[in-house]
Amino acid sequence: MTTLTVGDRRRAPTGRKRSDMWSATPWTKIVLVVTIVISAFPIYWMIVIASRTNKEATDIPPPFLPGGNLGENIRRVLANEDAHYLTGLTNSLIIAATVTVSVVLISTFAGFAFARLRFRGGKLLLLLVLITMMVPLQQMGIVPLYRVMVNLEWIGTLKAVILPYLLNGFGVFLMTQYTEQAVPGELVEAARVDGASTLRIWWNVILPAVRPGMAVLGINTFMLTWNDFMWPLIALTPDNPTVQVAINSLNAKFGTDYVLVFSGTAMSILPLILVFVLFGRQIIGGLMEGAVKA
Amino acid sequence: MSVNVDAGRASQAPIPPPRSSPRRSSGLGFLSWLDLKAAPYLLISPYFLLFLVFGIFPLGFTLWYSLFKYDLTGTEEWTGLGNYTALLSDGAFWNAVVNTVGMFLIATVPQILLALLLANALNKRIRGRLLVRMGVLLPLVTSVVAVAVVFTQLYGRDWGLINWILGLFGADPIDWKAQRIPSWIAISTMIDWRWTGYNSIIFLAGMQTIPKDLYEAASIDGASRRRQFWQITVPMLRPTMIFVVLNSTIGGLTLFSEPTTFFGGNVHGGTNSQFQTVSMFIVEQGFREFDYGYASGAAWLLFLMILIGSLVNFLLVRRIGGNK
Repeated sequence: MTTLTVGDRRRAPTGRKRSDMWSATPWTKIVLVVTIVISAFPIYWMIVIASRTNKEATDIPPPFLPGGNLGENIRRVLANEDAHYLTGLTNSLIIAATVTVSVVLISTFAGFAFARLRFRGGKLLLLLVLITMMVPLQQMGIVPLYRVMVNLEWIGTLKAVILPYLLNGFGVFLMTQYTEQAVPGELVEAARVDGASTLRIWWNVILPAVRPGMAVLGINTFMLTWNDFMWPLIALTPDNPTVQVAINSLNAKFGTDYVLVFSGTAMSILPLILVFVLFGRQIIGGLMEGAVKA
Repeated sequence: MSVNVDAGRASQAPIPPPRSSPRRSSGLGFLSWLDLKAAPYLLISPYFLLFLVFGIFPLGFTLWYSLFKYDLTGTEEWTGLGNYTALLSDGAFWNAVVNTVGMFLIATVPQILLALLLANALNKRIRGRLLVRMGVLLPLVTSVVAVAVVFTQLYGRDWGLINWILGLFGADPIDWKAQRIPSWIAISTMIDWRWTGYNSIIFLAGMQTIPKDLYEAASIDGASRRRQFWQITVPMLRPTMIFVVLNSTIGGLTLFSEPTTFFGGNVHGGTNSQFQTVSMFIVEQGFREFDYGYASGAAWLLFLMILIGSLVNFLLVRRIGGNK
């Protein structure tokens, strides 16, 4: 229920004197400017090196401005036969999209049940979800998962990566919280009295109300899946990689070819930067709300 | 929180109608039973099906595997707790434990202090609030592999920017990868670069729930801003602090991608494993040596580490907050 309205503080008519302690001091500005410079620098640096030649990249002093070689370097990444970069990019897109849609749906269903339906064992099962959020399943389950995938002959296929990712306790937790906040219990009751079935209530009452929560979970899941590295490294082969595994191959085989590796890296974060620029407000809002409720 | 109230009400309203309407055919009765009693279970079943297949089953089998000895040909042999006793006297495993805990400490302690400082700055009245917050959160968007690739180059011995800057101050170039402590510092900065902003946004959210009149009362009493920060903000942030610290504990103790990429995608973690973490040790044992039993045992010991780490940190944070 905590709506985060910092802006109100500024507009609050109550005496200026009081709000003075919230005004930015020079010290505040220094901290923020330094932080933003540090945050942005490695990404800027990625572009600087990605647009240079290897000779320039190893110059002393190093170059601090972008050069004109980005196109040529990207062409080399895409043409590189060991990295399978384009395959990796496509695979990552397929994996992240499939996982995102599935996790959001599964979590919205479960969140509805936990937040607004009463059933035997519901509380206990929700507690189970919360407890398992603490277990590092990736590390804990990696050996049996790998062996199962070997036996099914799924190693090297996308489903070997997609399926384990579908288990997402955080999603269920988030959607339970969100449904509780966004859908009044009376609304569900009223629909029930009107004779609506559970599925109909989900479609007509729940779904429209929890859309912002679904968006936050979706963005979150997409970013995490896109960025994950350990399981794809084990479950996939270098000739059918995700984009992270492709970068790893580039880095492992051509580690000193900086401009090549950096161009591949820069391209891999582009989709995420785009998502971030478009949905920054929602991402930050979702993070902050989730943190206060947890 | 609000579940009790609403759920209690819901239970009274919808249940009577089906019972008090005997006119309905038995088919409809079954349908409404299905709708009221079975629907919740159907709705949560996809999650719990996945939970069973990708949660319970791998956990159980990891435990089972850890009781067997495997060799490269794939033959297995019962060894009971043999893997665990071997692990506990294995220098390579302890090396990984020391590295993991060492990097966790070097990375997390400054990170949390910096995040607090940053959150305090973000909590002031500033122009372009959204843009500033996005700037702070930008590192989270980049992938760990991307971060590690860039930082590995920045920390390069011969042409790295960091050694160049150190050189401007007259320092000798540092071989960041070759030595233990420098490699820990390099990897820790990758972690901190990525997560400090995220944690500060979480702290900021917590700070905004602290009632303003607490500060007003304190300033009337003449408490300095610094004092207000340590005596009001930090203790009031306790719940958020617990969240952040537990998150960092789990993330830090399962560290994998940064050190792996730092050594060119190799899980050995440096020529002498000077920055091999427990996660990397598990992957090396399981997927390079194909000793599934040993890797599984290490996975359970890692879980134990996380439980102990979480508990210790939880108690620690509770004490810090308990001053006031």
